[in-house]
Amino acid sequence: MNGRARPSSSRQRHWLGFLLLGVVLLAVPFVAALGGQAWVRIANFAILYVFLALGLNIVVGYAGLLDLGYVAFYAVGAYAYALLASPHFGIHLPFWVILPLGAGLACIFGVLLGAPTLKLRGDYLAIVTLGFGEIVRIFMNNLNAPVNITNGAQGITLIDPIRIGDFSFAQTSSFLGVTLSGPQKYYFLLVALALLVIMVNIRLQDSRIGRAWQAIREDEIAAKACGINTRNIKLLAFAMGASFGGIAGGVFSAMQGFVSPESFSLMESITILAMVVLGGMGHIPGVILGAILLTGLPEALRYGIEPLQRALFGRMIVDPESLRMLVFGLALVLVMRFRPAGLWPSSQRRRELAESAG
Amino acid sequence: MDTLLQQLINGLTLGAVYALVALGYTMVYGIIGLINFAHGEVVMIGTMVAFTVIVSLAGSGMPPLLVLGIGLLVSVVVCMVLGWALERVAYRPLRHAPRLTPLITAIGMSIVLQNVAMIIWGRNYITFPPMIHKQIYDIGGASFTNVQVAIVSLAAVVMLGLIYLVHRTRIGMAMRATAQNPHVASLMGVDINRVIAMAFIIGSALGAVAGCMVGSYYEIAHYQMGFMLGLKAFTAAVLGGIGNLAGAMAGGLLLGVIEALGAGYIGDLTGDILGSHYQDIFAFIVLIIVLIFRPSGLFGERTGDRA
Repeated sequence: MNGRARPSSSRQRHWLGFLLLGVVLLAVPFVAALGGQAWVRIANFAILYVFLALGLNIVVGYAGLLDLGYVAFYAVGAYAYALLASPHFGIHLPFWVILPLGAGLACIFGVLLGAPTLKLRGDYLAIVTLGFGEIVRIFMNNLNAPVNITNGAQGITLIDPIRIGDFSFAQTSSFLGVTLSGPQKYYFLLVALALLVIMVNIRLQDSRIGRAWQAIREDEIAAKACGINTRNIKLLAFAMGASFGGIAGGVFSAMQGFVSPESFSLMESITILAMVVLGGMGHIPGVILGAILLTGLPEALRYGIEPLQRALFGRMIVDPESLRMLVFGLALVLVMRFRPAGLWPSSQRRRELAESAG
Repeated sequence: MDTLLQQLINGLTLGAVYALVALGYTMVYGIIGLINFAHGEVVMIGTMVAFTVIVSLAGSGMPPLLVLGIGLLVSVVVCMVLGWALERVAYRPLRHAPRLTPLITAIGMSIVLQNVAMIIWGRNYITFPPMIHKQIYDIGGASFTNVQVAIVSLAAVVMLGLIYLVHRTRIGMAMRATAQNPHVASLMGVDINRVIAMAFIIGSALGAVAGCMVGSYYEIAHYQMGFMLGLKAFTAAVLGGIGNLAGAMAGGLLLGVIEALGAGYIGDLTGDILGSHYQDIFAFIVLIIVLIFRPSGLFGERTGDRA
């Protein structure tokens, strides 16, 4: 790689860390299952969001392009899967055809959005991407007439699960004496996908492309002067982020068995962006942490707030759903207030911040 | 022809509201370069407060106009305090943080405000008490109500007041100076913190007025109403060139008219394939087209690259 020499003890510790992480990752679905399959599903969503957040991290964290319509690509992937593997059109293609197709389609959408908006910068880009996301959502909501394509606000149901031959990810099955439920199987699939996107992120970070992105993020004119083809490189960031969104959408579709435009609101884009920023933009472990925290926190609050209120006041005083979101919003404010660079920023970024503050 | 006129009237009414909300975004953006994502929620709180005051005073026997006036006043004051508090809590501590950080706190505050509103006012739609005697006027086959006249004229008065404030008063001068260069302005003795707080306070007051207008126009309020309204208004601000007061006004009116015309004609134009539920799309499509050809909005200055 980059030829960093480590003392052997530190390398050993490194491997020990990976081993520990591996054991934890393996144990999660079984520990979560003790609390019921709902918790396994929550773990699955956490990993799906890790995937999405890392995809967005390429666009926002590396290339510095503020994208508020990321969920549009997620939606494109999800609907591609839903339409091509459900009774809605009577098409049932296998997942290994649809997932790449969905990724490709999302990629095309990414380029479609990216190409005309490359000239825009900063907040103008943000609002255009936001508008794009809304346009996609509104079309999904209304494309049930005159030809019923998306089934409107009702969404598409009975979507096929991911299936390899007779092995379906939706059913419980056991091998080697271990019984795995549907969500648990999806968990391992998602972990594999997440590892893939983490690998891509790590490899991109110090690659020629990754450095070009960072150069554009820091100063576009200087990057151009250094001979970087900013147009193509920015398009590449959009396209790549979008493809990851598309894949995540496909898996979401298969896992849920149901998609509707409601899942792809602007709030969803904002949540994913919040994961990236709250964790630490451009820093892979930070983004992962952000995604897991922001998926886990609302769920933990969902299960924690009701008993807490009963214990404190003896009855429900405030609607738990709104209190949950209230705490979530406050947490966003407080974390950014006290850790402006995110919970776990990269060391480089922390240094820059310290310099600019001093 | 009558459709055209009717949609123009409706569009202008809605556009006046967008313009007022857009001014709130643009004032804050012009001075500190920050998208105040929570502004839509401030507008929502404004509507809710006004409704509450008006409903509770409706049975008191006071003349309806006085009740409306009190409602408006209370909501303006509450929103001013809210805007000031927002700035103190969520934005001031982060003034030197990375650019995206205040965006996330803004989103956090927006979630907080929305849910506070839900806890206070509940999930259901609140209806406006039938206080105003609605009169309908006809011109050339189209009709408009006295409520619409009141909205447009109030908006015009408020905007003129704002222009006076920004161009003819000391605080306005300080605002323009800070917008140009905060550092130099502070060297000239401008209290930057005060100016920024004022931008939030004035923006929120305008938002409260807009909120009351929306409320009396649609006669309905909901805790989620601020979101789409804020989004549209922000679009209007960008359309006109964000940071530019005249741009926000023009952008708001333009957006309202485009939306109304779009909703009125899309069925005819596409042979009823696309219906008026695509109304919300127009705002965004127009925005994207405008920004492709004029990347800094219609009236925005063509700034160089910002580092």
